[in-house]
Amino acid sequence: MTALWRLSAATIARGVAAGSFTASEVTAAHLARVHLLDASYSAFVETWDERALATAAAIDEDRAMGRPLGPLAGVPVACKDNLVLAGERTSAGSRLLAEFRSPYTATALARLQAAGAVLLGRTNMDEFGMGNTTETSAFGPTRNPFDPSLVPGGSTGGGAAAIAADFCPLAIGSDTGGSVRQPASLCGVMGLKPTYGRVSRSGLVAYASSLDCVGALARTAEDLALWLDVTAGLDAADPTSIAAERPATPQLTARKDLRGLRIGVPREMNGPGLDEEVLAVTRTAAQLARQLGAELVDCSLPAVAHAVATYYLIATAEAASNLARYDGVRFGQRREGHGRLEAMMTRTRSSGFGDEVQLRILLGTFALSYGYAEQFHGRAARMRARLCADFATAFANCDVLLSPTSPMPAFPLGSTHDDPLTLYLCDALTVPASLAGLPAMSQPFGSTHDGRPIGVQWTASHGRETLLLQITHVLQQHSEHHLRRALP
Amino acid sequence: MNAYTTVIGLEVHVQLATQSKLFSPAPAAALGEPNTRVHAIDLGLPGVLPQPNRAAITLAMKAALALGSAVQSTSRFSRKHYFYPDLPKGYQISQFAEPLARGGAVRIDETRSCRLHRLHVEEDAGKLTHTDLGTLVDLNRAGVPLVEIVSEPDLRSPSEAHAFLTELRHVLRFCGISECDMELGSMRCDANISLMPHGATAFGTKVELKNLNSFKMVQRALEFEERRQTAVLAAGGRVAAETRGWNDESGESRPQRSKEEAPDYRYFDDPDLPPLVIALADVDAVRASLGELPRERAARYRERFHLSDVDIAQLVLDRTTGDWFEQVMAHGQDAKTVCNWLIAEVLPVLHNSGLSIVTFPITPGRLAELLQLVATGALTLVSGKRVFHHLLTRDQSPVDALRELGLDRILDVETLRPLALAATAALPEAAAAVHSGKAKALDALKGHMMRATRGRADPTVVDKLLRDTIAAQFGTP
Repeated sequence: MTALWRLSAATIARGVAAGSFTASEVTAAHLARVHLLDASYSAFVETWDERALATAAAIDEDRAMGRPLGPLAGVPVACKDNLVLAGERTSAGSRLLAEFRSPYTATALARLQAAGAVLLGRTNMDEFGMGNTTETSAFGPTRNPFDPSLVPGGSTGGGAAAIAADFCPLAIGSDTGGSVRQPASLCGVMGLKPTYGRVSRSGLVAYASSLDCVGALARTAEDLALWLDVTAGLDAADPTSIAAERPATPQLTARKDLRGLRIGVPREMNGPGLDEEVLAVTRTAAQLARQLGAELVDCSLPAVAHAVATYYLIATAEAASNLARYDGVRFGQRREGHGRLEAMMTRTRSSGFGDEVQLRILLGTFALSYGYAEQFHGRAARMRARLCADFATAFANCDVLLSPTSPMPAFPLGSTHDDPLTLYLCDALTVPASLAGLPAMSQPFGSTHDGRPIGVQWTASHGRETLLLQITHVLQQHSEHHLRRALP
Repeated sequence: MNAYTTVIGLEVHVQLATQSKLFSPAPAAALGEPNTRVHAIDLGLPGVLPQPNRAAITLAMKAALALGSAVQSTSRFSRKHYFYPDLPKGYQISQFAEPLARGGAVRIDETRSCRLHRLHVEEDAGKLTHTDLGTLVDLNRAGVPLVEIVSEPDLRSPSEAHAFLTELRHVLRFCGISECDMELGSMRCDANISLMPHGATAFGTKVELKNLNSFKMVQRALEFEERRQTAVLAAGGRVAAETRGWNDESGESRPQRSKEEAPDYRYFDDPDLPPLVIALADVDAVRASLGELPRERAARYRERFHLSDVDIAQLVLDRTTGDWFEQVMAHGQDAKTVCNWLIAEVLPVLHNSGLSIVTFPITPGRLAELLQLVATGALTLVSGKRVFHHLLTRDQSPVDALRELGLDRILDVETLRPLALAATAALPEAAAAVHSGKAKALDALKGHMMRATRGRADPTVVDKLLRDTIAAQFGTP
């Protein structure tokens, strides 16, 4: 029999419900694997063994008593360290919040709990989501399970590594400019960023509010559909949340092939400047889609050329605002200022935030400051509107867009430390969907000559997560890229 | 005479009388033990998002409409940034580029009014208390809904500023929008003042005055600033653009910060809050719920009830008093009589007990009944007031009360005759005076009988009986 830790979320939920194995066995198997292997990868910042085993035991008891089980009953789930869980620490990868415990639970996690999921622990991330290598975490870097000398991507690097290493079948992440999709691509797993507002942000430690989305990583489209169905929907605690669409899971197998599907291939996202092997993998995906009946159409998103600049102006401006609350007055590790308020706040923030966070706070403060706000933040907002219009034009002529997820495959730890601009360009292909609030997915579709995973990105119009899940599900039925495992 | 024209504009913050805070379910009353009325949202804990309180928006719309401001179909919430321990998020959620409402006016007197520039919604900050041990932070007030009302620079004297505030408070209280208590902080005011030569069209350099904790302080601070700027200008100097803090004890203001030191608030639209879109139908619904404004009601009372301005001013002080008055009037009483009873009897009871007229123990119907008994002569005025006080603590009809008190009017001549004899015996000089034609002397005898019957004797019967008795005793003249 296949090891329990290799099973998908859907298989585990079915198995627990059918009594093939217990939630306690599943949880213990996953925890054992984490404790055996994670010292080499640091996917988790902390595991919640006692809580997880207690949840699993309660589910087993529910089943024994004949009580109804949730759709994710017994499924171990890893949570990114920026989603609060009442009573547990949430640090968002920051020293400043190292000991912060929230009195309330994030909606995205509460809905998982209600569905019977077993929350395994919190995964490592770039500090406050600011980074794409998971190297800016105050708790040290996470390593790529395909090769520990490589970064896992970021900022949900811990979650992506956890799926790649088979520590759990489902990991919750957040995606502001690609933080679910890019690590998914670099770690060879599936990553879904839903439409902006589809999943409540309540309890997600804010980075850039108009861009932040709760997303998830898994090995199959089916597991992501299960996740979306239990998590999506309106939430009174998030005024930007939107209603759920019809559940994706029952519609997942509606397509047997891709006939009638028009796939747009944006020139600006499939052209020069990208890694040759990355482009080759995208062509592989396009070819398979065409074999399955899809039609490929050329399209253009001119504003994509300015997406990175636009993103970094908007995201840093919002970040500087969102992070203003970490002043040492109410929470966060205070550094005394010898009776002087401003000195206390300055010392607390200078010692609590890492370099990348401080850099982005400074950039964002500048972008909104008197005399510059219009020139920087104002222009960025207009460019964002142009990009949205470009997408609308493209979607008038096709159902979905195909591009690489990341311009390059995973690279060695420490290789980008002196080169923040190159690092920011990592986001070139993921920030457009973020700025437009569109649903997008990364799907593993091959690897480099030396075995580094490469993903492709599918982007749909607002609210069409189900279409993305159907496409990737069909492709998974006709390919084996997602079956390649990093570890035995 | 002063060679300068004074130009004043006011910025008034008013706390909306809502149950809960602007963006959290915590109670909005800023009372109670420190930090007991605080939700995770008010603390700005990681991951919290604002939850707009529709009731607060409705009340703010009500304020706008009561002041004649135009509610904008779309307004936006913005973040105003500054670091201070009373501000948990490091920014205040306010409205900047697109306020809830624009325009409107406040009447200063019968001929002048002051236009309003804008009205916007924002959340309050917490409260700091500085002690020897350090600064204490109380966040009960953090997130309480406020409207900021900004006037145009239409006021021309400190007393006009006082009149503006008085009328603004009246309208807002009357409409149930705010308690408007400057001492409790539910109303706050900053004032901008500049001077320009008479006839000039360009305003002078303005100074902002802060720490004004009563209407009187606003006026005093403006008067001081008027004198100070006059002196500066008269000496050929220039007024510095600055913010000054008023010290009421010393009776003068001191510079707090110059224009160059003004903070950069880095306003931008709050990405956590979608634009506030208000349909015309919603505006109409709020307008319909607004009812009559104090000035409209005063005009109606003048027209319909022919009451004096002094009486009307009492009746329109708040909406419920006038409503109660009209409920009594609905039973067909004389307006002046009802008004007199209300002002002389009802309002003092409310004042002493702290009760609201809405829960006044004597219903308007029963007061009308009581006044009817007095009007028809079934009760004397004195007895009527005894019944009134009796009813304050009992759930009874006035008729039952007067029976219980034994206050039925005594009309029977034979019952009263011994008392008339006793009165003339007790006050023989008065009786003699009446007999000799001094009708005024009869009052002392009447008073004697009224005291003996505790006011129950019918005055007309008593009058005739006393005259008859005196005539019988002294013989017909």
